[in-house]
Amino acid sequence: MGIAKKNARISRYMVSPSVLVLLAWMIVPLSMTIYFSLIRYNLLYPGENEFVGLENFEFFLTDEGFTAGMGNTLILVGAVLLITVVLGILISVLVNQKFFGQGIVRVMLISPFFIMPTVNALVWKNLLLHPVSGVFAAVSIFFGAEPVDWFTDYPLFSIIMIVSWQWLPFAILLLMTALQSLDQEQQEAARLDGAGPIALFWHLTLPHLARPIAVVVMIETIFLLSIFAEIFTTTGGGPGFETTNLAYLIYSQALLQFDVGLASAGGLIAVLLANIAAFFLVRLVGKSLTDKT
Amino acid sequence: MADLTIKNLRKAYGDIEILKGIDLEIKDHEFVVFVGPSGCGKSTLLRSIAGLEEVTGGQIFLDDKEITELAPAKRDLAMVFQSYALYPHMSVRKNMSFALELAKQDKATINEKVAEAARILELTHLLDRKPKDLSGGQRQRVAIGRSIVRHPSVFLFDEPLSNLDAALRIQTRLELARLHHDLNATMIYVTHDQVEAMTLADKVVVLNGGQIEQVGSPMELYHHPVNQFVAGFLGMPKMSFLPGRVLSGDQSGINVELESGVQLQLPISGEKVAKGSDVTLGVRPEHITVTDKDSSTFQGRLDIAEHLGSDTYCYVQTETKQTLTVRAPGTFPGAYGDTVGLSLDLSHCHLFDAQGKAIHKLSRSAA
Amino acid sequence: MFTNVLSLDRLSLKSRRRLINVLLGTLAWGVALAVFFPIFWMILTSFKTEIDAFATPPQLFFSPTLENYALINERSDYFHFAWNSVVVSFGSTIIGMMIAVPAAYSMAFFETKRTKSTLLWMLSTKMLPPVGVLVPIYLLFKDLGMLDTRLGLVIIYTLINLPIMVWMAYTYFKEIPKEVLEAARMDGASLFQEIWRVLLPMSKGGLASTVLLSLILSWNEAFWSLNLTASQAAPLTALIASYSSPEGLFWAKLSAVSTLACAPILIFGWISQKQLVRGLSFGAVK
Repeated sequence: MGIAKKNARISRYMVSPSVLVLLAWMIVPLSMTIYFSLIRYNLLYPGENEFVGLENFEFFLTDEGFTAGMGNTLILVGAVLLITVVLGILISVLVNQKFFGQGIVRVMLISPFFIMPTVNALVWKNLLLHPVSGVFAAVSIFFGAEPVDWFTDYPLFSIIMIVSWQWLPFAILLLMTALQSLDQEQQEAARLDGAGPIALFWHLTLPHLARPIAVVVMIETIFLLSIFAEIFTTTGGGPGFETTNLAYLIYSQALLQFDVGLASAGGLIAVLLANIAAFFLVRLVGKSLTDKT
Repeated sequence: MADLTIKNLRKAYGDIEILKGIDLEIKDHEFVVFVGPSGCGKSTLLRSIAGLEEVTGGQIFLDDKEITELAPAKRDLAMVFQSYALYPHMSVRKNMSFALELAKQDKATINEKVAEAARILELTHLLDRKPKDLSGGQRQRVAIGRSIVRHPSVFLFDEPLSNLDAALRIQTRLELARLHHDLNATMIYVTHDQVEAMTLADKVVVLNGGQIEQVGSPMELYHHPVNQFVAGFLGMPKMSFLPGRVLSGDQSGINVELESGVQLQLPISGEKVAKGSDVTLGVRPEHITVTDKDSSTFQGRLDIAEHLGSDTYCYVQTETKQTLTVRAPGTFPGAYGDTVGLSLDLSHCHLFDAQGKAIHKLSRSAA
Repeated sequence: MFTNVLSLDRLSLKSRRRLINVLLGTLAWGVALAVFFPIFWMILTSFKTEIDAFATPPQLFFSPTLENYALINERSDYFHFAWNSVVVSFGSTIIGMMIAVPAAYSMAFFETKRTKSTLLWMLSTKMLPPVGVLVPIYLLFKDLGMLDTRLGLVIIYTLINLPIMVWMAYTYFKEIPKEVLEAARMDGASLFQEIWRVLLPMSKGGLASTVLLSLILSWNEAFWSLNLTASQAAPLTALIASYSSPEGLFWAKLSAVSTLACAPILIFGWISQKQLVRGLSFGAVK
């Protein structure tokens, strides 16, 4: 048999385990979710599993938590994106110059990303944001202001703070790396042409960062849609539905209310949302596959 | 014995045909150079011989044994890659002994062969270094050493000099010629540089568009190109071409009129050429002389003169806006815009028909 | 005269640059310290007594103690949870690599028309929100008796990290010049020898980064670990989450447990930060 044909056969064998495994991972649970979403299935009321069509979807969308959940999800994702991207750009540009201890500074900046989400949540809730003994409280008192009871008064914002802190390094890391490939000669030529630092930033740096920023935005969007641990560990979705996002809502329906049918419907909606974001990301990544840079 | 025979070799990628039927005979001990422009298929041909590409049709024989479908390692060939392709995580010694280890030869033999190859290539003091600690020229020698230790029937070289700087290239070219002489092995060498082809080869194979244009010794191809492509490809600076028309011709010669009106009587067989047909005159720079305006065949205006010291190459524009390259003595002053007279050595002119094929000369004089 | 010295116009180009550089450097340090502060505070708190930890206002200076670390197992069996984290992270990474490396190899060196779309499809499975399949996975695990088992978590983690492992390995393999492998082939190497003796040694660094990234992602994973485990197989993420419904003073202990739990990953992350970018950005940023 020809060499190439033999190799093609071997390569198919080598790829198939991954493909098969992921295919199973995709198809089996997803199809189950679809099935469950179309039947009445509540673990508290076993036995009656009849087909109810789109009833679950209706219930889910009209559930009191849904509007809040969707709204919170969008606010959460939007706010974190804004904070991490803007600060990410500014900080990565700042850190891109050479200065004393640059290495250590970078290490410090990316650390939050490697902290467990549950640790993150509790450290912020207790050590920092606690209205009595937290560091933020101490700082407020120092400046003569009344300390804020963050989790009571601004629960969603507290979550936003926590998540932004965790994801800021992600943006910094990616943008820092992208800045390394900034064309030095182009910068020198622009400087010779009389461009000041702001002009350099606006006309050279930002456009160069356009693609990495898009990557950061899309990857963060996909993962931020599913924020769970921080909410789970601090507020449990409350007070009321104030910190419930879509992911937490579905979780509470599935594992707290045991309404499988409803949760499955919700799950599919979440998948749909994520797919929209994923579509654009996959396109972008696909382009980078064929690019030489 | 290492005779290589290639019969009607074809190679296609999907719908695109890279090699369109190659027939070639390579004799033992020959230094054969595949030369041609980018995309002509010379590397593909080499890699097909090596077994790194699968052929779509045709056969390859090594000493009457068919190797067309054999795995590369079983073909008794060794290849020196353009980028050297050294194993970066192995020392020079390991790089050279790897193949022998895979063949399960005993340590003593391996050490002996490696030492010998290192000696020939002056690598002995570098044996324990890693490739990243070597210069380009040294890495190339290791790549060659890797091939030598295997004592293959045929050595394959894929543009080995193209990654070297100019001075190193010339030096290495000489070393390769010496190596061929010392090892007395069959070598197939791919390059786009016609100077390497002319200086190194026993036999040159000119490829174009997946087909062989001509095969022969360098001198044969230089003085007797079978078509316009080969004529224009070999020789530096390139041959100049002037379009013209046949006025009359018979077995004793051809009368050609150039665009400018100049008429020339050429010692080229006019038997098979129709009157009035379009032809192209080809003449090499060394066969045109600058004479004073009055005693010349025709005149032109000097555009640029490149003074190399040993020669002066003049780029002359004729009245009909054709450019001729003329080799003049090194002392020729040549100022821009001068009108110069040109005289052609008619016995060394080539004539090509409308399809680019060479029309036979009456006598096959060499230089 | 004093103001003259401060006027930037009077300074030479070099001094001006240096001054700006120092200012920016200071600013950078400030920002970095602010960002790092929570981690610093957590580590600091782990050396306080509970009373010091809860003191109002919070203390920067105190007499440190190691009691929190010594009593790490007091509230709950720290080592049990840590061991679960280790088993689950390393287990899923090893299995994942065994499946991913061959796939990446063949996609890098035997590229077909389907290769690119297969890769992108694999990546898209990573973009599936876990909640979407929470229900069926939970029920499936329940029926198969895999709830609260390390095996269950290992399987899930292998599945969710496989795309990134394949992807990263693929990009590293693609950087290996094809010709070195062809040289090995001409030297007589079989496919196995080609991979084992040439490809893997050459891609050691890249594969190490892939392993590290997978370990980091598994160790920090906080969705499935919270929902699919209880006491038997719960890893450190779940242990920490249990501190959210506190009994009594616990801040110092929480800090100690957290510091221990996060330290290895912090170190991994610091070491391999540059290489991780590739995996984290799905190869879109290099």
